[in-house]
Amino acid sequence: MFGFGILSGLVFLPLVGVAFILALRGQDEATLGNVRWAALFTTLITFALSLWAWSQFDTSNPGFQLVEQKSWMGSGLSYKLGVDGISMPFVLLTTFQMPFCIAASWDSITHRVKEYMVCFLVLETLMIGVFSALDLVLFYVFFEGGLIPMFLIIGVWGGKRRIYASFKFFLYTLIGSLLMLLAMMAMYGVAGTTDIVTLLKTDFPSSMQKWLWLAFFASFAVKMPMWPVHTWLPDAHVEAPTAGSVILAGILLKMGGYGFIRFSLPMFPEASQYFAPLVWTLSVIAIVYTSLVALVQEDMKKLIAYSSVAHMGFVTMGLFSMNTQGVQGAVFQMVSHGFVSGALFLCVGVVYDRLHTRDIAAYGGLVKTMPLYAVAFMIFTMANVGLPGTSGFVGEFLTLLGAFGANTWVAFFATTGVILSAAYALYLYRRVIFGVLDKPALAGMKDLTAREIALLAPLALLTIWYGVQPGAILNACAASVDLLIKNYDAALKATKLAALVLN
Amino acid sequence: MYTAIVFLPLLGFLVAGLFGRQIGARASEILTTGLLAVSAILSWVAFFNVGYGNAGLTVPVIAEWIVSGGVRVDWALRIDTLTVVMLVVVNTVSFLVHLYSIGYMHEDPHRSRFFAYLSLFTFAMLMLVTADNLVQMFFGWEGVGLASYLLIGFWYERPSANAAAMKAFVVNRVGDFGFALGIFLIFALTGSVAFDTIFAAAPGLAGKSVHVFGLDWDAMTITCLLLFMGAMGKSAQFLLHTWLPDAMEGPTPVSALIHAATMVTAGVFMVARLSPLFEQAPNALSVVVVVGATTAFFAATVGLVQNDIKRVIAYSTCSQLGYMFVALGVGGYSLAIFHLFTHAFFKALLFLGAGSVIHAMHHEQDMRNMGGLARRIPVTFWMMTIGTFALTGLPLMAGFFSKDAIIEAAFASQRPGAIYAFLLTAIAAGLTSFYSWRLVYLTFFGKPRWEAHAGEGLHGAAAVHAGGGEVHRDVDPHAHDAHGHDSHGHDAHGHDAGHAHGHHLNPHESPNVMLIPLYVLALGAIFAGLLFKDKFIGAGGEGFWKQALYYAPTNKILEDMHHVPTLVAFVATIMMLIGFVVSTYMYVFSPQTPVRLAQRHGLIYRFLLNKWYFDELYDFLFVRPAFWLGRLFWKGGDGRIIDGLGPDGVSARVIDVAGRVVRLQTGFVYHYAFAMLIGVAAIITWYLLGGVR
Repeated sequence: MFGFGILSGLVFLPLVGVAFILALRGQDEATLGNVRWAALFTTLITFALSLWAWSQFDTSNPGFQLVEQKSWMGSGLSYKLGVDGISMPFVLLTTFQMPFCIAASWDSITHRVKEYMVCFLVLETLMIGVFSALDLVLFYVFFEGGLIPMFLIIGVWGGKRRIYASFKFFLYTLIGSLLMLLAMMAMYGVAGTTDIVTLLKTDFPSSMQKWLWLAFFASFAVKMPMWPVHTWLPDAHVEAPTAGSVILAGILLKMGGYGFIRFSLPMFPEASQYFAPLVWTLSVIAIVYTSLVALVQEDMKKLIAYSSVAHMGFVTMGLFSMNTQGVQGAVFQMVSHGFVSGALFLCVGVVYDRLHTRDIAAYGGLVKTMPLYAVAFMIFTMANVGLPGTSGFVGEFLTLLGAFGANTWVAFFATTGVILSAAYALYLYRRVIFGVLDKPALAGMKDLTAREIALLAPLALLTIWYGVQPGAILNACAASVDLLIKNYDAALKATKLAALVLN
Repeated sequence: MYTAIVFLPLLGFLVAGLFGRQIGARASEILTTGLLAVSAILSWVAFFNVGYGNAGLTVPVIAEWIVSGGVRVDWALRIDTLTVVMLVVVNTVSFLVHLYSIGYMHEDPHRSRFFAYLSLFTFAMLMLVTADNLVQMFFGWEGVGLASYLLIGFWYERPSANAAAMKAFVVNRVGDFGFALGIFLIFALTGSVAFDTIFAAAPGLAGKSVHVFGLDWDAMTITCLLLFMGAMGKSAQFLLHTWLPDAMEGPTPVSALIHAATMVTAGVFMVARLSPLFEQAPNALSVVVVVGATTAFFAATVGLVQNDIKRVIAYSTCSQLGYMFVALGVGGYSLAIFHLFTHAFFKALLFLGAGSVIHAMHHEQDMRNMGGLARRIPVTFWMMTIGTFALTGLPLMAGFFSKDAIIEAAFASQRPGAIYAFLLTAIAAGLTSFYSWRLVYLTFFGKPRWEAHAGEGLHGAAAVHAGGGEVHRDVDPHAHDAHGHDSHGHDAHGHDAGHAHGHHLNPHESPNVMLIPLYVLALGAIFAGLLFKDKFIGAGGEGFWKQALYYAPTNKILEDMHHVPTLVAFVATIMMLIGFVVSTYMYVFSPQTPVRLAQRHGLIYRFLLNKWYFDELYDFLFVRPAFWLGRLFWKGGDGRIIDGLGPDGVSARVIDVAGRVVRLQTGFVYHYAFAMLIGVAAIITWYLLGGVR
């Protein structure tokens, strides 16, 4: 394809859609309809292309595949893309979620439709870029660039306190990313290249590793988000439009976890091991603390946002337990959380579109008028709770199993999360869906429309399918995770030997 | 065949659940019930094939589930005698309950959903009992929890039902917390979660110590204790029992199926299934004995004074589960399973009989508003009486064989705690007899208290209670509030539009579709003990169980229990008679005695009536602190500290400075893009400098 590979196609295809949308003139309803359809088609074609990429992908090969490289700005920097078993699921997750976001905004976005769709398509380009970039600078551009459209989505199409929320978002991420930038420069100084594949093989001196690790951590921890830098997330979610929340929870939160797997663990193994107790502590605090906070929320979106923080706690805990179950579980948990939390935000969007409030107290007894909605919400609630048979269980189980192998206390406290998640999720469900339908505003609520069913049904099927047959995702990342762990252990062993020699 | 047994109920659930609206309630009922009938028949075939034939252990693997590094979890059906016994229990009772529900739920507009849930439950339970590894067991374990949640909250307009459903799920999750940690520990110790591997590794782990949670433990003891925590939650054992009485908010057939015959026995099944592990952990078994005995006694005491007909039976279930755990704890695994087997028949019979009473009384559940029903609903009366005989252990009835054997085994056992268990289970046998007969007398004997009561409000009815049970007036207002949800007899059926209140009650016998299941269960209650005693716990046991249950070479309990003093062998029967006589005296000949007793010993009475105040205690210890902490973390932690010192504090400064120094209209986007630009510029600069050098 003009000398470019599939990945470039994936990255730039949404931009083609952008160009098309920008070429459309007029603000009448017909044009806006065209804009929506154009955006939807673009994302669908991108998704189809990503499936094709998937078919070309060899899961038994742990290395990078579909690699393409072009020199860019001289000889050292390069435009280099490639995916391995860890990034491939995320690329698919991204392309899979985008059509849902476009469809979810079909009726609820009425002003500046064109700009809105452009933002989402640009965002898609940048997110796919993050997961497929094999060059540090390229990664940085995609990673940080992705925040601009998100920032706009919250700031322009958000709720009442959108300025506050976007400002908070900005402050947190800015500080983190500046530190990461410094670390990247330092890495370039040592390795003399920004090529990620080369950097993965570079041994950084242990004293330097710690500083680099901390700098990357500052950025990824905010993105995850980990306690205590999580407070931007509930606000961002509450103010963002539904599709914004879906993409935020579904993809943007995964960038932090992806960053840990791609950079922190393999490039700074000693520092990772050194700081693992810190990460565990923060993860466990996140699980318990934010679960308790979720219990007392009065705003549906905020509740789900806090539960996302708790679920991301499982991810970081699993990653830094550094065994196969922990890391695979973390990857699975991220993918699963991607569509489960996305679906939960869609569920909130469904009732928000009807009643224009997210206040839990304003609802109650919805099952009477919205039985289909109640079923969908139940499935995703159960996935959120981690019921076996839903995809939520597999990730939670594997990360906990991994953590138990690394530190039993961590697993002990994290496992209390299964009790707390049941409490807050069912408490929400009970207040919204069950009870007597006695509020007059609710009496006329219509059940799911065909469009909403088309949105939620595939997600529900996937949730159950991956709960029963998680093999597709686990196998995809198995080889790469094994390699990651093998290299990690080898690096630690080498250091130990070196230390022995010095002594 | 086994695949059909397990997956037919799933098929029923999917069809009735997805297309219930399209095919209609009647079709859903017939479909799910028919599929269950097939499953039940096949289960009996399997039972005789495996138990009486020579078919050994088979484990057909259906599919891979989770494979990650050393973890390998399959979907598989483990078929041995233990499994087929459970298949028979689950499918038989489930089929009968399906059939019964056609009559019981005939007025409910959501029948399709109800039958779908029942079938979902059955499927999950079958996955549990056929599990070949701990994780699939956990799947079934939580699956039955989900079905239980959905069915308890089936009448979703009742706040009490919703609260009970959620409580059941969350309390069970507390148990699952232990179960999950147990699985993790097993994996850490043996590198597997598959039964065959961990059973093979268990003897080698006996006496080994393991360092978890900051302490050195005996490996098998801590493992078994963690797993037992799960059993305690599911089987409503002491400390984790609080959800079971509340679960009676669900429709009565649900109580019969889930909260009597099957789901709550999952804990017993689990310990029996894991007998190769528990046999290596005598200390853990001691804990099992003590917890079981305490539950048996505790639940029986609470059952003495409850007024809701279903709650009495619920506490009775709780108590009988305690017996089963005592049996497990002393090493008599087959005793426990035998009691599980017989208990399923007579307890389901009692529940469905109670359902028939409630049906006759138009959803009245308060025994103080019953009485004299024996003449009105004679069939139900006789069925309930048979159930009561079986439960209390009338010689030759089902309970006689299974329960008495447990008491004897407790006496014969050398395990620390066994004597405690013997005493408590013997006393509990008397209490069981007392409350069971109290139930029968209050419901079926004496003057009808519903005639005067009809047309009055619930609380105006206190006067008529004098003839029967304890009176509301004995209770101080606080205690009344505390168990206010017990007396939901009247507000329980807002959707029961066909039976508006206030008009004259005319108790009527239930239709045949409800009575036939009672007949079948009554047969079971009478003959299950007699027919299967030899195979389950007698001389034929070895050929019947084959390798399904494991006994350590030193475990001779099944033999020792036959060598107890004669007095001990009769103690259960004696206690049964005492309970019967006292109950008959108090509720037939001298109805004033219980009232006087309740007044004189108000403190004890209230203590029992309020179920030892466990709900209040847990509310104070766990529920309130959780919400309090949540608010503290939210407003204080997130709001004041993190945001206050972080973004809000910084932004306040920034706005301060920005406002004073540059009065420029800068958007944050601009800021952001600018920062990024600087970043990129810096990199390029760095690179160029590097290039020059």
